Amino acid sequence: MSAIAGPSSLALSTDRVWWMPPNGALHGFAIDRLMWWNLVALSALFLLAHVALLLAMVRRRKTGARREASWRLELIPLALLTLLYAWMAISAQRLWAVARYQGAAPNALQVEVTGMQFQWYFRYPGADAVFGATRPELINAPAGNPLGLDRTDPHSADDIVSSSLVLPAGREVDIGIRSIDVIHGFFIPGMRLKQNAVPGMEMHIHFTPSVVGDYPILCSQVCGLGHARMQAHLRIVSVSEYAAWLASHAPRRAEGAGR
Amino acid sequence: MSLAIRRRWFATTDHRTIGIAYLLLSLVAVAVGTVLSLLMRIHIVWPDLKLPFWGVVPPEGYLALVTMHGTLMVFFVLTTAPVNGFASLVLPVQIGAQRMAFPLLNAVSLWLTLVSFAVLLAAFFVPGGAPISGWTNYPPLSAIAAAGPGQATGMDLWLVSIGIFCFASVLAAINLLTTIISKRCAGMTLLRMPLTVWSWLVTAVLILFAFSILFAAVVLLLSDRHLATSFFVPPGEVIDGVLVAPHANGSPMLWLHLFWFFGHPEVYIAILPAMGLTSSLLANFTRRPVFGYRFMVGTTLAIGFFGLLVWGHHMFVSGMNPYAGTAFALTTMAIAVPSSGKVLGWLAMLLRGRDSRVHPLPTPMLFTLGFLSFFIAGGLTGPILAQPVLDAYLHNTYFVVAHFHLIMAMAGMFSLFAAVYYWFPLMTGRLMNEWLGKWHFWLSLIGAYATFFPMHFAGLAGQPRHYAQLTGSTSALSSLLPLQTGITHSALFLATAQLLFLVNLVWSTQRGRVAGLNPWQATTLEWAGTDVGCKVFRGPYEYRFHTNSADFVMQCAEEAEQE
Repeated sequence: MSAIAGPSSLALSTDRVWWMPPNGALHGFAIDRLMWWNLVALSALFLLAHVALLLAMVRRRKTGARREASWRLELIPLALLTLLYAWMAISAQRLWAVARYQGAAPNALQVEVTGMQFQWYFRYPGADAVFGATRPELINAPAGNPLGLDRTDPHSADDIVSSSLVLPAGREVDIGIRSIDVIHGFFIPGMRLKQNAVPGMEMHIHFTPSVVGDYPILCSQVCGLGHARMQAHLRIVSVSEYAAWLASHAPRRAEGAGR
Repeated sequence: MSLAIRRRWFATTDHRTIGIAYLLLSLVAVAVGTVLSLLMRIHIVWPDLKLPFWGVVPPEGYLALVTMHGTLMVFFVLTTAPVNGFASLVLPVQIGAQRMAFPLLNAVSLWLTLVSFAVLLAAFFVPGGAPISGWTNYPPLSAIAAAGPGQATGMDLWLVSIGIFCFASVLAAINLLTTIISKRCAGMTLLRMPLTVWSWLVTAVLILFAFSILFAAVVLLLSDRHLATSFFVPPGEVIDGVLVAPHANGSPMLWLHLFWFFGHPEVYIAILPAMGLTSSLLANFTRRPVFGYRFMVGTTLAIGFFGLLVWGHHMFVSGMNPYAGTAFALTTMAIAVPSSGKVLGWLAMLLRGRDSRVHPLPTPMLFTLGFLSFFIAGGLTGPILAQPVLDAYLHNTYFVVAHFHLIMAMAGMFSLFAAVYYWFPLMTGRLMNEWLGKWHFWLSLIGAYATFFPMHFAGLAGQPRHYAQLTGSTSALSSLLPLQTGITHSALFLATAQLLFLVNLVWSTQRGRVAGLNPWQATTLEWAGTDVGCKVFRGPYEYRFHTNSADFVMQCAEEAEQE
C-alpha cells in the first residue's frame, strides 16, 4: 500500500540499521548495534505472536477435548520476556551512563548552541577559550547581534557566531545548549544525538564526531509556525580544515579589542 | 420537539441515556478528529493544494490541526468513550445496581464535558485560530501569546476547555468509584466482579490522580498568562526580537513533569477498559473461563500502580537529570512485565481452542483480535522507547507517532468498536449488521497497518513529528516523500472504511435484527434483563466451568443448570 522507496537498501549487517541515516559519531556505532538487536528481537516476537493469533483464528477445538491450559504455559514465556526486558534495560543503561552521567573531558572543544524561533546559532569561544557574556536585552538580530553578546566584555571580542556548526573529526566536543525563547529540540540524526534546548537552563552534551561529512541538524520539539524549517548544517571536517575555518571566521574586531 | 424527547435527552439522570450521550459526543469528536488528521496528511504531501474554505494551509494551520486532532482524540474519544460512555451504560447493570451512586452528578459531568467540547471547538473561530503547540502545549510557547498565532485567545480556550474537562472527569471518577464500592448487589464480591469493572475501578483511581494534577497545571499556566506569575516562564525571554515583560525564575520543566504525570496515566485510562473488555469477550466467544482471573486482576492493579511511576520516559532528552532517566527507564521496563503477562494470558485463552457452535468469529470477536494485534504491534516498540539511549534518537520522531497510534489509537479504537458491536443491543435492543461489520473490520485492519506501520521507517530515518513540510535548508527529509505519500493514501482508505461503520449504525438502529435478552449467551449481569432484586451466586466467567453443567451459567443463576 505504501511506497517503500527509501534512502537506503536493506543492510544485513549489525553496523547499520535499515533506514537510519549513516552514523558519523564515535558513540553511534554501539547505539546502532543495540537498535539493530532490539528491532530483530521485537520483530521476531511480533511475528511469533501473530502466528499464534492466526492459528487461534483457524483452529477449532475438537468437541469434548479439554486440554486445561497450565500455568507453566504462561509463566515460562513471561519469565523469558522479563529476562529479555532486563537485558534491554541493562545494555541500554550502560551506553546511557557513558553518554550522560559524566561531562566532557576538560580538554574537549567548547561550542555553544542557541535555539530561537526559527534558527540555530553556534558560538565558539575563540582564542581565549572563554565565552563572552550575553544579555537578553542586547539581542538584536537585524543589527548583527542575535545572541545578545555584551561587547563591553573583553571575552566576547573573539567569539565566533555562526549559523552552521563546523567540527573537527576525532576530537571530543562539549556542547552547551540554550534557548532564548521557547523549548527547541537539538537533533542531529547522523550523530545519534538529541537534547532539548530549554530557556532558563543550559544543557551540556558531549560526543566525538568521527566521520567527515555534512549532517542535517533539525528541531525536534514543536516551537511555533516555523518549526519545520528550523534546520541547520553540521560539517565534520579534518583538523587542518577546521583550523582554516576558524581563522577565516575570527572577527576582525578582535584585533581592535586587543589594542 | 416533544416534551418527552426533551425530557429524555436534556433532563435525564438515567445512566443508559447518559452513556449513549457520551458515546454520541465521542462519535462527533472522532469524526472531527479524523477529518483534521486527513487534512494534515494531505498537507504534508501536497502542501500547495488549495482546500475549500481555507485555501493553501499555512504552517501554523498545520500545527493547529495537529493540536486539535490530538486533543479531540485523547480527551473526547479515548477518555470519554471507554470510561464515561461505556461505564455509564454498562457498569451499573454489570454490578447489579439499578443506577449510578449519584445520578445527578453523572448528568452534571456529561453537561460539563459537552461545554468543554464546545469551548475547545470555539478555538478554531477566534482571531489567530486554534493553538499550535501540540496537545502537550509546552511553555513558554503556550505561556506567551506573542510566541505564535493561536497562542492568544486560542490557547486560552484550550486551557479553559481542558480545565472543565478535568473537573468533569474527576466528578465522573468519584461517581464510578462510589458506585463500584457501594452499589454492588448482594453476592457481588470483589473477586466476582467482571474484569471490565476491575478496569473501571483502577481507571477511576488513575483519573483522580491524573486529572486533578492536570487541572492544577492548567490553572497555573492560565495564571502565568494573565496574572504575571512565573511558574513556567524563566526570565530573559526574547520573542521575535522583543524582550518579554520580566518574569521571575519559573521553569518550563515544571510543566513537563505536571503534564506527563497526567499524560502517562492517561494512556492507561484509555486502554485499561479495553483490556478488561478483551478478557471478557475472549471468554464469551471462546466459551471458556478467563484464563487466570486473579492474575488478570493482579496485572490490572500492577499496571495502574506502575502507570503512575513512568511519566519521566517522555522526558529523557528534555533536560531532566540523566539519573532520573535511568529510574524512569527501569519503571517503564517493569510495566512491560504485567502488560506482557496480560497478552500471554489472552493468547493462552485463544490457543486452547474455541467452540465454534455458538458464534463463529462474530464482529466483536474480530475487533477484539484486532485490538490484540495492535496492542502487540504497538506494545513491542515500547521497550525500545523505554531505553533512554535509543529514545535519544527516536524521541519525537515518526517512530513514536507509529508507536502510540498503534497501541493507543488503533488498539483503543478497535476495542471501542468491539464494545459498540457487542453492547449495541443494550442501547437499541437490536444487533448490528454482521456483514457490514466484517467488511468494516477487515478494511480497517488493512488500512490501519498500512497507515501506521510505515511510520516506523520514517522515524528510523529521523523525521521529526509536527513538520508541516518535508522541505528545508537541509535535504534530509525530501527522500521520505514517497513513503509519506503512501501513508496519506492509506489514511484516506482507512477513513473511508469508517463510513461502513456509520452506515451500519444508522441501518442497525432501525432495521437490525432484534437481539432478544442475551444474544451472546453471556454470563454477566448486563444481559440478565432483570433490573430489580438481583443476587449474584458465582464468578463472572462460568463458561463450561463445571464438567457436567450447561454451556454457560449467568452470575445471577441460582443453580448451574441449562438456561
